[in-house]
Amino acid sequence: MIKRIFLPLSLALVVLGLLYVGLGMDSRDLPSPLVGKPAPDFELESLRDPEVTLTRDDFVGEVALVNVWASWCDTCRTEHRYWRQLAERGVRIHAFNYRDQRQNAERYLEIFGDPFAQIAYDPRADAGMEWGVYATPETYVLDAEGIIRHKHIGPVNADVVREDILPLIEQLEAEQT
Amino acid sequence: MLGELGNFALILAFCLAIIQSILPLVGTATGDARLMNAGRSLAVGQFVFLLFSYVLLTWAFITNDFSIRYVAANSAEALPLVYKITGVWGGHEGSMLFWVLTLSAWTLAVAIFSRSLPREMLARVLAVLGMVGVGFMAFTIFTSNPFERLFPIPTDGTDLNPLLQDPGMIIHPPLLFIGYTGLAVAFAFAIAALIGGRLDAAWARWSRPWTTAAWGFLTLGIGLGSWWAYYELGWGGWWFWDPVENASLLPWLTATALIHSLAVTEKRGGFKVWTVMLAIVSFALTVLGGFIVRSGVITSVHAFATDPDRGVFLLGLLAIILLGSLALYAWRAPKVGLGGAFGWYSRESLLLANNVLLVVACAAVLIGTLYPLAVDALNLGKISVGPPYFDAVFMPLMLPLLFLIGVGPVVSWKQSDPMETVRQLRWILLVSALIGGLWPLTMGAWNPLTAFGLGLVAWILLTAAVDLYRRFQRRRQQGVGKALQAALRPSFFGMHLAHAGLALVVMAIAMVNTYEVERDVRLEPGETATAGGYEFRMIDSDTVRGPNFDARQATVEVIRDGEVIDVLHPQLRFYDSQPQMPMHQASLNRGMTRDVYVSLGDDLGGGAWTMRLYYKPYMFWMWTGCLLMAFGGFLAAGDRRYRMASATDRRQVSERDIDSHDNSIIGESPARSEGQT
Repeated sequence: MIKRIFLPLSLALVVLGLLYVGLGMDSRDLPSPLVGKPAPDFELESLRDPEVTLTRDDFVGEVALVNVWASWCDTCRTEHRYWRQLAERGVRIHAFNYRDQRQNAERYLEIFGDPFAQIAYDPRADAGMEWGVYATPETYVLDAEGIIRHKHIGPVNADVVREDILPLIEQLEAEQT
Repeated sequence: MLGELGNFALILAFCLAIIQSILPLVGTATGDARLMNAGRSLAVGQFVFLLFSYVLLTWAFITNDFSIRYVAANSAEALPLVYKITGVWGGHEGSMLFWVLTLSAWTLAVAIFSRSLPREMLARVLAVLGMVGVGFMAFTIFTSNPFERLFPIPTDGTDLNPLLQDPGMIIHPPLLFIGYTGLAVAFAFAIAALIGGRLDAAWARWSRPWTTAAWGFLTLGIGLGSWWAYYELGWGGWWFWDPVENASLLPWLTATALIHSLAVTEKRGGFKVWTVMLAIVSFALTVLGGFIVRSGVITSVHAFATDPDRGVFLLGLLAIILLGSLALYAWRAPKVGLGGAFGWYSRESLLLANNVLLVVACAAVLIGTLYPLAVDALNLGKISVGPPYFDAVFMPLMLPLLFLIGVGPVVSWKQSDPMETVRQLRWILLVSALIGGLWPLTMGAWNPLTAFGLGLVAWILLTAAVDLYRRFQRRRQQGVGKALQAALRPSFFGMHLAHAGLALVVMAIAMVNTYEVERDVRLEPGETATAGGYEFRMIDSDTVRGPNFDARQATVEVIRDGEVIDVLHPQLRFYDSQPQMPMHQASLNRGMTRDVYVSLGDDLGGGAWTMRLYYKPYMFWMWTGCLLMAFGGFLAAGDRRYRMASATDRRQVSERDIDSHDNSIIGESPARSEGQT
């Protein structure tokens, strides 16, 4: 009798407990335990040149954005123009090309423009795992020391850029000098 | 004023539901037939008040009553009338009202079509449905009241989410909700049987048509959702393994298992405990789905406006359902006997394999959906579980299942001989393998996995056709009419139709996954690009005004072999309510063997645009297959044999006077109640 009920009961309790804990976390406001920690290390080919290997050091050094995108990601297109605008204003933007094919990614940049400083090619989501990427697009803000200061999940829009990202970048740049 | 009236009707329905969950049970305990019968009238009352409440909310939408917060948030003056009517279920609060309305419609249907149920059983089923209603109505009234007022009253609403302003969205959510709440009926039957301690063939027979009908609605709902995602989101995909999609797939998988295990319980008295578990789990998964979508616990592309309070409430509801059912199960299950024994190779064993595969598939999807949450909860960081995981675990489970579909129907109950099956099916197997091997060649390139998938498609279709033909031949001497009747008996023919529908869906998946072509291009007026053997020539682009949006629209000719076969008008829509988030409206040319379509990207200036061109083979069959599956389900649910028993009205008969095994009324001749093999 006890045996019969044990398995379904424990399964039910585990799922319920998990959901209860999950409820306490707002996955949008507390985007990642990595915020406030150094950006994780990685070693990946550059999208532009397979011969070149990029590491964390290539992303770190100045205040910078790191955008995670893919050519198959339609919402990435809607936010792409903001990266072009920000790049024109002199903001340094790096990128992970996430679970993508090189050809498609290159064509995407040809069509939509290439605002990125360095692009790490991450077809198997190796760095994506380390960085805690849930889905594309996601955007990280790094300070000059390479600490992740902010993470935005989902596409940015004009409001997010104006009210969250730009002020943070200005503040971080001010801290730096 | 009307809003308060709607609220009042909702609360009245809630009170009736409370009474409905108590009185009939008291009646069964004391043997009072009047109390037991009260359930039926209460079900009618509940439905009438909910319908009234729902109509009033719809009226508030039509008359632009922005003093109601929900209307202000989900409608606007300029919103076309049809979207005002469908916008009622476009947001969280209204969709909950719709949810409880469909639940009470199912309850009403049970109360009406219940002539074949003994009075205790009916009383218990209606009481359990009343309890489910109490839970969901309390949720609606206390955390998500659609009639809440807003002050000061805004002059215009903030408009319905543009994504939802689409024909696909008019019918997708209702069908899904009808499917979800239909599973509550299957759950109520299981719980009623547990309470009564009579998990028998009779229970399985009564429960079957309801479960199958609910499954049919769920199938339609999921299919329509996929259809909508396919053309509206403009991503060219039709399934994204998004948590919200998974939330609808999970109960579908267990409901599919439930339909098959109910067959064993009815015909052979086996799998009783397992069937009860499946009914409980299927319903619990619909609540879990509601929780995932509405609590904000998982980040998703199309989550409803979320609120932790609602999450806590729904989680509590889920806990009560799961723990309450399990407690009841622990109390009653020891009384349940085992079913008839069966050999290692028999229809029972094959259906067991079917159930195991479906449940494991469901568990795999559930794990993939909740795993990111679990890892996050344990502070291990965020992880990504994307389509690669789901594709990797789902397909290996589905392939043997598809193969079994061909075998199951020809294997006999209790004990069968594998050699006999081989003898019956070897030629079909050979022909299927040939078809699978050759079919991909029509697409220009051969791929082993596609060939395998298409072979399975041929296998399912051919075995079904041959089985129907054999059944026809067996009755041939009795005349063509009789023979046709035997082969096309709805429960039997419906099963084969549903299997064939699944085969068509598999065919579409195999084709489109291998042979789809997708190109990003930059086009200027007069330029052409090709994709999948079709030429796309851009003519021009201009700006058009819709009812509540401005759109940039391109005109693109589709050319095949030098002939213009269609002119497409993909749009980029800027809705007045949120112009910063343009929507892609793809333009499609659909055909039996392929869809071609264009989705508009960015304006590059000088008349040039980026565009996405798609060539999608066999997509037509994906939707046809879904329709066929659901139709097969409805056909089987409507089979006369479920209704024949109703020749005797048993609402006044106590369950003690009904035989558990052959479902006949004790003391009457068995021939009277049933003419079924």
